Amino acid sequence: MKIVISSQGNTLDSMVDPRFGRAAQFILYDTETEKFEVLSNQQSLNATQGAGIKAAETLSGRGAEALITGHCGPNAFQTLSAAGIAIYIGADGLTVAQAIDKFKAGELRTAQAPDVKGHWQ
Amino acid sequence: MKELVVISGKGGTGKTSLTASLAALAGDAVIADCDVDAADLHLLLSPKVLKVEEFRSGREAVIRPGDCIACDVCRDVCRYDAVRPVFENGRKAHYAVDAIACEGCGVCVRFCPEHAIDFPERVCGEYRIGETRFGPMVYAQLGIGAENSGKLVSTVRKEARAIADDGNARWILVDGPPGIACPVIASITGSSLALVVVEPTLSGIHDMERVLELTRHFALPTFVCINKWELNPQMTQEIEAAALAAGVSLAGRIGYDRAVTDAQIRGLTVVEHGGRAAEDIRAVWAALADAPGAPAAPATMEV
Amino acid sequence: MIIAIASGKGGTGKTTIATNLAMCLQKPVRLLDCDVEEPNCHIFLNPDLDGGERATLPVPVIDEGLCNNCGECGRICQFNAIVSLKTKPLVFPALCHGCGGCMRVCPTGAISEEGREIGTVETGTSGHIEFVQGRLDVGQAQSPPLIRAVKRHIAEEGVTIIDCPPGTSCPVIAALKGCDYAVLVTESTPFGLHDLKLAVATVRLLHLDFGVVINRATPHDVMVREYCKKERIPVLLEIPDDRRVAEAYSRGKLIVEAVPELRESFERLCCAIISRIQHRDAAPIPCAGTTPGVS
Repeated sequence: MKIVISSQGNTLDSMVDPRFGRAAQFILYDTETEKFEVLSNQQSLNATQGAGIKAAETLSGRGAEALITGHCGPNAFQTLSAAGIAIYIGADGLTVAQAIDKFKAGELRTAQAPDVKGHWQ
Repeated sequence: MKELVVISGKGGTGKTSLTASLAALAGDAVIADCDVDAADLHLLLSPKVLKVEEFRSGREAVIRPGDCIACDVCRDVCRYDAVRPVFENGRKAHYAVDAIACEGCGVCVRFCPEHAIDFPERVCGEYRIGETRFGPMVYAQLGIGAENSGKLVSTVRKEARAIADDGNARWILVDGPPGIACPVIASITGSSLALVVVEPTLSGIHDMERVLELTRHFALPTFVCINKWELNPQMTQEIEAAALAAGVSLAGRIGYDRAVTDAQIRGLTVVEHGGRAAEDIRAVWAALADAPGAPAAPATMEV
Repeated sequence: MIIAIASGKGGTGKTTIATNLAMCLQKPVRLLDCDVEEPNCHIFLNPDLDGGERATLPVPVIDEGLCNNCGECGRICQFNAIVSLKTKPLVFPALCHGCGGCMRVCPTGAISEEGREIGTVETGTSGHIEFVQGRLDVGQAQSPPLIRAVKRHIAEEGVTIIDCPPGTSCPVIAALKGCDYAVLVTESTPFGLHDLKLAVATVRLLHLDFGVVINRATPHDVMVREYCKKERIPVLLEIPDDRRVAEAYSRGKLIVEAVPELRESFERLCCAIISRIQHRDAAPIPCAGTTPGVS
């Protein structure tokens, strides 16, 4: 299974980036091979607006099945859901490796709704 | 760390003078001027500039005259009236894009049959990082006619947040933009506390109600203070009652004092200059300093 | 004849100038409040406003039956307002700028447009003034389309006064475009001067003729006067820093009514602006002022 973690750096020791749309980068991790690669989020960071939508689109294109992040706003939530990507929130404060372990242990909660307000209504 | 953003429904209510004084009183703060349209805080705080960064956002269409065959397609597809013919010797030679009118939608770029339109990133302004006598400061200037000061606001706040995190500052003080649209939303999302500055006027009460709708929408703990309150004591009471009815707290009243203008002319904050208003501002700061704000939450910025 | 009232920052007295100027002009005069984030002219004019018309921006609607999932719409959109995933496209109307690109690029004709409401345009009258204002819905991010909707009410005849939003960014440009003259309102303070310089750069960029009104002027604060002299910008009027003016404003009163000696100043301002425009425009407009040879 391919999972994506929003990350402040490009190693498994990096801290989870609490933001999704404007995350510094993403770590794409394969739970079967236990290998990872770094995905740039530059397109979303450059976006004037709708960064969460753009980031969700990027992840969808890379075949991600689950996302681990800190918070998720309404537009990103809607886009991720449409792309069939499961959303796990509340991982801020963990390293990427810790977040992956918690995910494997089933200790992360899935988001049933956006947990922060959108930038625009 | 707490992030206090000072806003007002309309401009000219004394937001910037008050923010400067709060910076002087806070002692340990990073200061961010997010009123990027009318960035005046630096006139009082005189920062020594350490770094200047270009701010880019969005794109703009630029027609290469040599490749343009003046076929009208770009003009026809543009909904912003941004494409104009350029005449040479009385003949329509080619088209050109009015950079001010262009929204950067890229529709002309896509449909130009000659692929004669470039689509570079747009430089929309700049931001500066400096050091003031009260702490580090980040401030910006949006280019004339530029769009999207919301993203520039977010950039300024992000820089201020990074500096505050590095230096373990207790406060980030944000001079916010007036109004209720995109830049204001960008300045309050994810901050801990809002202070709304209101003048005791009929328009003041009207504008306050609109801005309070916004802070309520974002569930932001909010204070109201009345500036130049003696101009209309009765209106002051009405505004305070309306604020309380809206469920926000009062941070106090600031008197009508010529010293505010005198301080500005001398390039000082009101509390450095002294006077009656200075005492009132100290009381406002006392009310805010211990207020339980929401924890500053970078995660909610620009989700 | 279209006269815009603008300023580099808010709170300099734009609305005061716009409303009092309208009051001193003869019929037909129309005032458009284009400061749609905080429209305040109505407070001073008390017009009998109608219910208003909702202003809209065109946003895409997808006919899922016709969509073949090609993704062209998502690729052309610069605003991330439409995204095409494995499923049918998702539309985020709040992010849409109404450029029409997705509809144009769609190969199967699956996209049409519908209006998304962004605010209200209200009209009414106050005495001899025909009044129009835009009011942006709270939480809406884009004011220029609403400003353009208000400006569709520019009068064919007589004088139209436009109260612009403050600042120098795109809403101001939307309000200033196509005007015959701009009045820049400022204060004689360091903030006022700094923001005036930005406003001057803005109107110069748009090649507009313009002059300055100094509000809350005092004899000893000369910085704005000196700047205007150096830049050869006409100072059309100085309104003294008078507590009666501030108090009238706070009560929602027009200063030409509260401080009678200022009425003549405003009449002179009308004449000064109109005669400047008439240098380029042959059709004479009656002026309520007492200046000989103009009325």
